[in-house]
Amino acid sequence: MNRVEPDTLAPPTASAHAVPAVEVLSAEKTYPNGTQALLPVDLTIAEGEFVTLLGPSGCGKSTLLKMVAGMLEPSDGRLLVWRKPVAQLHDCPHKLSFVFQSATLMPWASVQTNVRLPLDLAGVPRKEADARVTEALELVGLDKFASALPRALSGGMQMRVSIARGLVTQPDLLLMDEPFGALDEITRHKLDADLLDLWRKKKLTVIFVTHSIHEAVFLSSRVIMMAARPGRVVEQFTIDEPYPRTPDFMVSPQFSRYAKQLQDSLLRASTAQEESLG
Amino acid sequence: MSTLATTTTTASTARRAPAVRKAARIPLLQQPRVQRVIYPLIVGTVLVAIWQALVTLMELPPYLVPSPYLMMETLIKDWVPLGNALLVTLKITVFSFVLATIAGVLISFLFVQSKRIETALFPYAVLLQVTPIVAVAPLIIIWVKNPVAAMTVCAALVALFPIIANTTLGLRSIDPDLQSYFKLNRATRWQQLVRLRIPSALPYFFGGLRISSGLALIGAVVAEFVAGTGGSGAGLAYQILQAGFQLNIPRMFAALLLISLTGVGLFVLMAWLSKLALGSWHASELSQD
Repeated sequence: MNRVEPDTLAPPTASAHAVPAVEVLSAEKTYPNGTQALLPVDLTIAEGEFVTLLGPSGCGKSTLLKMVAGMLEPSDGRLLVWRKPVAQLHDCPHKLSFVFQSATLMPWASVQTNVRLPLDLAGVPRKEADARVTEALELVGLDKFASALPRALSGGMQMRVSIARGLVTQPDLLLMDEPFGALDEITRHKLDADLLDLWRKKKLTVIFVTHSIHEAVFLSSRVIMMAARPGRVVEQFTIDEPYPRTPDFMVSPQFSRYAKQLQDSLLRASTAQEESLG
Repeated sequence: MSTLATTTTTASTARRAPAVRKAARIPLLQQPRVQRVIYPLIVGTVLVAIWQALVTLMELPPYLVPSPYLMMETLIKDWVPLGNALLVTLKITVFSFVLATIAGVLISFLFVQSKRIETALFPYAVLLQVTPIVAVAPLIIIWVKNPVAAMTVCAALVALFPIIANTTLGLRSIDPDLQSYFKLNRATRWQQLVRLRIPSALPYFFGGLRISSGLALIGAVVAEFVAGTGGSGAGLAYQILQAGFQLNIPRMFAALLLISLTGVGLFVLMAWLSKLALGSWHASELSQD
């Protein structure tokens, strides 16, 4: 694997000279019926960043993420992942993984088979695949449940399986579409903390979609604030807070300050919208 | 409560434990599995008893309504012709059911290849379904020389539609996110079919099998009625016709009983197959108690 030198994986403030993992070049999405899902966006995400797309529903955050993954085509503009169009990514040493809002597991297959799916689809030999599956399940703490069926697991555990499936291909870029949105708050905090550990351990680049301000502040090195009707990027915030972040960070004054900033930004965006309509 | 005690154990044992404990604690007669057999048996016994009592008390002649006792007696006495006829009918039923399953699954695969193919062909599948088999059977019997083959085709036509309709629906009922995931990982058409579409379709397919197994039997009996073949290749329908001509009503009842039991047997077999294939994961096969 072409691993980047560790010093380029420093926090985003020092990342001006780092390799861009994702470049969004005036990409926009307008549906044939004229609905503007996303106004043109310009965005560069450096390797090793944890970027959150934050905004209300209908702001185009999932649309942007799906365009990065290549699941949606921009109606204009371009998106590059490691300087390549995402469709050509398969002959490049870099890989991306996508984690959906729901666990999206095959109900008829065991946890192990579910996690092995991307390797099976890529034709990885069974022995090597099984070893990597075991490793991925250990990472998310589910190695004891390899032979269980998804329905025997709780929602949070199913989501862990989904994350293990995302990690088993050893991706460099992890795209997550509101992955913990359907979970209760306690489980979500736990998974947020675990995700940060994984991000640091595996030196991943993460783009994380959420509509929770607190989750965005806790996780991200940078927050992209978006607004709806039409979907657009309004502001960016750097969360200049060292990792590892502990639960103490969530009750600290800085945390409240960041949350307030984001809240105000969200409010400004929606009032500006109402004025322009009125 | 047993559920409280199991919350601390792991998920896999928690799933199994309550059932095991219930079985150990609850008296035999209150177990759902035993009740499923006992309750219908009680109803059946009562009905047969009423039947026997009415026939005996009202002194009904056997050529109008035979008693259940006489029916069973006839069944044992005439077992050789009836048993042979049962074998013939069973053979046609099984052949036609297998034929309908293979053809139905292939047609469904064809349908899901493109919406255009389905739009173009589906009305003809419906046409096949709504045309009464009694009306078509004489034609098929003229066209197909071998009577067994002709009757098999008739019965297969009756049993075909539920398999096509259900399997097509099943092959289309895929979790859209799961499908996106397969596409994102550049799964080939074949991989999507084998790893995603076929497993997703199984519950629907087995639903179709359950309906079609009964229809294949009905189709076989109807085809025999129309064909009216006698001799060594005669099925249960022919036995019923013959018994009717001879006013041998107890034998007619015995043949009817055999047909009904065959239908029940087929249904139970399909239900068991379905449970075997889906029992561990699909909601329709999980116990609801």
